[in-house]
Amino acid sequence: MAKIIAGVATSHVPAIGAALDNGKTQEPYWQRVFSGYEESKKWIAEVKPDVCIVVFNDHATAFSMDIVPTFALGCASEFIPADEGWGPRPVPVVHGHPELAAHIAQSVILDEFDLTIVNNMEVDHGLTVPLSLMFGQPAEWPCKIIPLAVNVVLFPPPTGKRCFDLGAAIRRAVDSYPEDLKVVIFGTGGMSHQISGPRAGLINSDFDKAFLDGMSNDPQKLVKLQHVEYMREAGAEGIEMVMWLVMRGALDEHVHERYRFYTVPASNTAVGHLILENEGLANAAE
Amino acid sequence: MQPIEKEYADIPGTTVFDAEQSRKGYGINMFCMSLLKDANRKAFKADEAGYLKKYKLSPEQTDAILKREWNRLLELGGNIYFTSKLGATDGLSFQQLAAKMTGCTQQEYADMMLAGGRSPNGARTKSEWKK
Repeated sequence: MAKIIAGVATSHVPAIGAALDNGKTQEPYWQRVFSGYEESKKWIAEVKPDVCIVVFNDHATAFSMDIVPTFALGCASEFIPADEGWGPRPVPVVHGHPELAAHIAQSVILDEFDLTIVNNMEVDHGLTVPLSLMFGQPAEWPCKIIPLAVNVVLFPPPTGKRCFDLGAAIRRAVDSYPEDLKVVIFGTGGMSHQISGPRAGLINSDFDKAFLDGMSNDPQKLVKLQHVEYMREAGAEGIEMVMWLVMRGALDEHVHERYRFYTVPASNTAVGHLILENEGLANAAE
Repeated sequence: MQPIEKEYADIPGTTVFDAEQSRKGYGINMFCMSLLKDANRKAFKADEAGYLKKYKLSPEQTDAILKREWNRLLELGGNIYFTSKLGATDGLSFQQLAAKMTGCTQQEYADMMLAGGRSPNGARTKSEWKK
């Protein structure tokens, strides 16, 4: 059977991708960011997931203002890295897992989560920067990727509770897939940041650290956070953190915090990163 | 029916891109979206005012685009992920755009970020922001 073995949370700052693509990783500013992912790259190379479900948001790339789906599941066999205005990132094409994606779509819709199904979607830095941080710069990504795009651009995004509950439904869907597959789920975006208007540059490390603690030990507390609290405390764009709760909802109630990293800043943003293992994997490793 | 209560209207220095803003700014955002294509970036740069005639924009919106009034664009319904494509067309990064919106030089803004960013203290509500 397929099994979700762990969750990865990470920021997806576009400047991180630009630094990597332009060979700036050894500059002290960027070294501070990339060094926080060395352990994670080793971890995921050992775990060797077959599939990663990557919860991310499109930044006005695949979805314009014509159609704004709240949750959109990528069911295609491949997803092309997009030109976001600076030219496409020089990263490999993202290969999907259409069979598992279709199974998840069918399962969660019947489980009362009305997903949008996407069969053709270019993917932007929201998806490709987390892959670069976790896998480096390979010629091909080492596993299949199922993108789940969440609207956090047009207010209101789905609530934290809705995100968490969708994660739980995805867990049930993956658990019922007959093929033996190791699945890791990524929640991306955040942490505190505001990139719009006169209040741009806001960073709230206290909020972020409490959020990291909550992800690890008390997700139910985070599920109750209201949108206005995210925006007031963690910046207008800090609301991206609701996407981490999809990942958390797909994990066990109690998880093993394998790794944590936090640094300020990358460009405009606080970078937060967690690896949370389900019990089965934590026990197997001991 | 109760009107929607916009608690977030009290967050200072912030225009939350909600359904109302999105309705107002559809033309701005779809114009910006067109700049994802290189050919369109070139056509816009060659004749900015002429290019904008293809979109449903108010005179204020057209003016804000031509003058690159980044905060006004947000107030008139633009969203940062769209207006940043206009920034990219001008060769500006997100950080350079953010500096412009806060009224800092890029160096001042970068220094603020390196020092840990803007504190939420004094930036939570409009009443404390003005002090």
